[in-house]
Amino acid sequence: MTDDLLGGFRDPEHARALVDAIRETAVEPSTFMEVCGTHTMAIAKNGLRGVMPDTIKLLSGPGCPVCVTANVDIDIAIETARQPGIILTTFGDMMKVPGSYSSLAREKADGRDVRIVYSPLDSLALAEAVPDKHVVFLGVGFETTAPTVALSIREAKRRGLKNWSALALHKTVPEALRALTNDPDVQINGFILPGHVSTIIGSEPYRFLAEEYGVPGVITGFEPVDVLQGIWMLAKQRAEGRAEIEIAYTRAVMPEGNPVAVRVIEEVFEPVDTEWRGIGVIPGTGLAIRAEFAEYDTRVRVPVTPPETREIKGCQCGDVLRGAILPFECKLFGRACVPEHPIGPCMVSSEGSCAAYYRYTDYGRS
Amino acid sequence: MCLGIPAKIVDGPNDNQMAEVDILGVRRWVSIHMVPEAKIDDFVLVHAGFALEIISERFAAETLELFRQMEMPGTEHLEPLELPELPSQIGLQ
Amino acid sequence: MNQDRILLAHGSGGTMMRDLINDVFMAGFSDDILARMDDAASLDFPGTRLAFSTDTYVVNPLFFPGADIGKLAVCGTVNDIATSGATPLYLSVGFVLEEGMPVDDLRRILVSMRDAAAEAGVRIVTGDTKVVEKGHGDGCYINTAGVGVLAEGLDLSGSHCHSGDVVLLSGTLGDHGIAVISTREGLTFSTSIESDAAPLAQLVAAVLAAAPDTRCFRDPTRGGLASTLNELAGASGVSITVEEALVPVREQVRGACEMLGYDVFQVANEGKMVAVVPADQAEAALAAMRGAPYGEDAAIVGAVADGPAGRVYVKTSFGATRIMDMLVGEQLPRIC
Repeated sequence: MTDDLLGGFRDPEHARALVDAIRETAVEPSTFMEVCGTHTMAIAKNGLRGVMPDTIKLLSGPGCPVCVTANVDIDIAIETARQPGIILTTFGDMMKVPGSYSSLAREKADGRDVRIVYSPLDSLALAEAVPDKHVVFLGVGFETTAPTVALSIREAKRRGLKNWSALALHKTVPEALRALTNDPDVQINGFILPGHVSTIIGSEPYRFLAEEYGVPGVITGFEPVDVLQGIWMLAKQRAEGRAEIEIAYTRAVMPEGNPVAVRVIEEVFEPVDTEWRGIGVIPGTGLAIRAEFAEYDTRVRVPVTPPETREIKGCQCGDVLRGAILPFECKLFGRACVPEHPIGPCMVSSEGSCAAYYRYTDYGRS
Repeated sequence: MCLGIPAKIVDGPNDNQMAEVDILGVRRWVSIHMVPEAKIDDFVLVHAGFALEIISERFAAETLELFRQMEMPGTEHLEPLELPELPSQIGLQ
Repeated sequence: MNQDRILLAHGSGGTMMRDLINDVFMAGFSDDILARMDDAASLDFPGTRLAFSTDTYVVNPLFFPGADIGKLAVCGTVNDIATSGATPLYLSVGFVLEEGMPVDDLRRILVSMRDAAAEAGVRIVTGDTKVVEKGHGDGCYINTAGVGVLAEGLDLSGSHCHSGDVVLLSGTLGDHGIAVISTREGLTFSTSIESDAAPLAQLVAAVLAAAPDTRCFRDPTRGGLASTLNELAGASGVSITVEEALVPVREQVRGACEMLGYDVFQVANEGKMVAVVPADQAEAALAAMRGAPYGEDAAIVGAVADGPAGRVYVKTSFGATRIMDMLVGEQLPRIC
């Protein structure tokens, strides 16, 4: 069944049928945006742009949580790692991302204790093993990841841990989609909505897209066949003149999401305004640790003052993240900015739009 | 964002709401706090050491069945699907 | 290379390491034999040709499923020598030991080195030991260097691949990398995957006997198959395309890669050999590989074509073609 769950949704025969259906349905010229880095990767890795009819343009939006993290937040993480007695733990994704002056990988080379974990629970276990150090978990990610960190904070409290805290940089997706929809530079006719974010929040939070803006959305899974199904359902809505929020990824997304996960997010975090790289501050899309859990909030336990933020010259990640330009339309892409020496975060993160274009396609290579 | 991998519960859940899952033969204990009703043999979606949701085998099967119907003879292929080829065409058997 | 400090990523066998070698090491040393950048140097003496290679082993933990640092240190250098087509004969070993390392651990490592050397038919004939202060080494680092004899007229090189050649792989990908990572602190998961560390000189000799026009051998260690094929494509000015469906990968390795977000083509191997052979000798080479020790899962996995020079493609099981990219820095587990 694991094999069927993966294999069935990677079956080229199913893909063929869906591509035919898309070609038949997509009479209306349409720009669809995917807002999830794993979709960006799936589209690039499987060459899906190449099978789209001319009527469909696929754009990548701000779906990579590492990419949308503002410089100032990365600077804070780095400054935290520099404090004495700190072990900073994080997901592998964060290591290479440049802040204003440095990256966590660079800090590690300079002797800071920065470690990669697979799960925030592994970070808790580390804290128990080294009681004389303070272990910080740097949490990034959207609604998918936020409950895992919220539950870890609750678990730390249950275990009575005194030497563990979380630096929460989480963001929430739906209001960012409003910002994109309001952006006059970008015309979006449909959203390929993020499957695993929606596993948590369900379909309801996107409803305003259809009702207020007339933009359809389809909650989509991550195997190549899933992505094609999502595109087909969007094309169908366009052809039939409908704008609704539909779920293609029915095996993992319920309309109401996962209420247990939503409750734990609300219990531990409160919404705050936060800055998205390239988009600016979006009200209410950040998640701050509530005062009841201040003991586990790195910002309270290990307060730091980051150096003045510096933006990267010439980097158009912001425009890429908004979908205003495609990665290869950036002047730096494939020249000054390549995965070995990335200028901007979209080239650093393996699921960044620029890295996905660069890694899996011939764009930018000479 | 967000790798989520289908995994089968093979042991537990224990009192701490942890369960051991199997991903193609690889095993790891994950938290099932978010899916308290999960039980042995269920497939769950695993992200960062947590089960996010129980995967609906029924809906998975229904979706795959929909695709199979789309492939039925009678549904005309508009034109043979050319998957993208980069310049290095080679003849592997 | 545009960093001013060495990062861990510079040692991971990917593009950052390639840049370090090209921009720093090659600028420091200029030698036409070194410049060939093959895994072993071919040295001509009157009446004799030697293959000479060295490698240093740093692995944490020292002991992991299927092997340990000692077995790696012997097999790695034996295999580097073997890639030139030479018969490995003698090894030197150098140890850097950390103050406080249990002597029993050292003994265990030596036993596995002795056994691996015996199996590979090489003798350990000279050595050196240094001890560093506690905290300055991961228990134990090992350097080995080795020599072997090369047959007259044999000239294998990564720059000899031609359009139409066929790429063979001696077995399943990723076993070593996944076996080691499964034991790392912070990532604990359990598999029955064991490191594939193994000496492959016999396998190389068998392929050479069956396919005398073999272009080259490479052992896809750090950086995995992706680094190896990208190097070959670059050195020969050709492109290489691999059919994903033909590449043997154990199911558990696939599972671990799914879980950690790894690309199996970038995961390290310690007991695998890549051979590039002319198409008309491919079947014979494959049969020889399958008949040799550690070659039972061998497969033809890809082919060489003219340009674009240096490019490696994967034809995915899904039917599309994508680039097989080299690892940039370290392989990091990801959640995105």
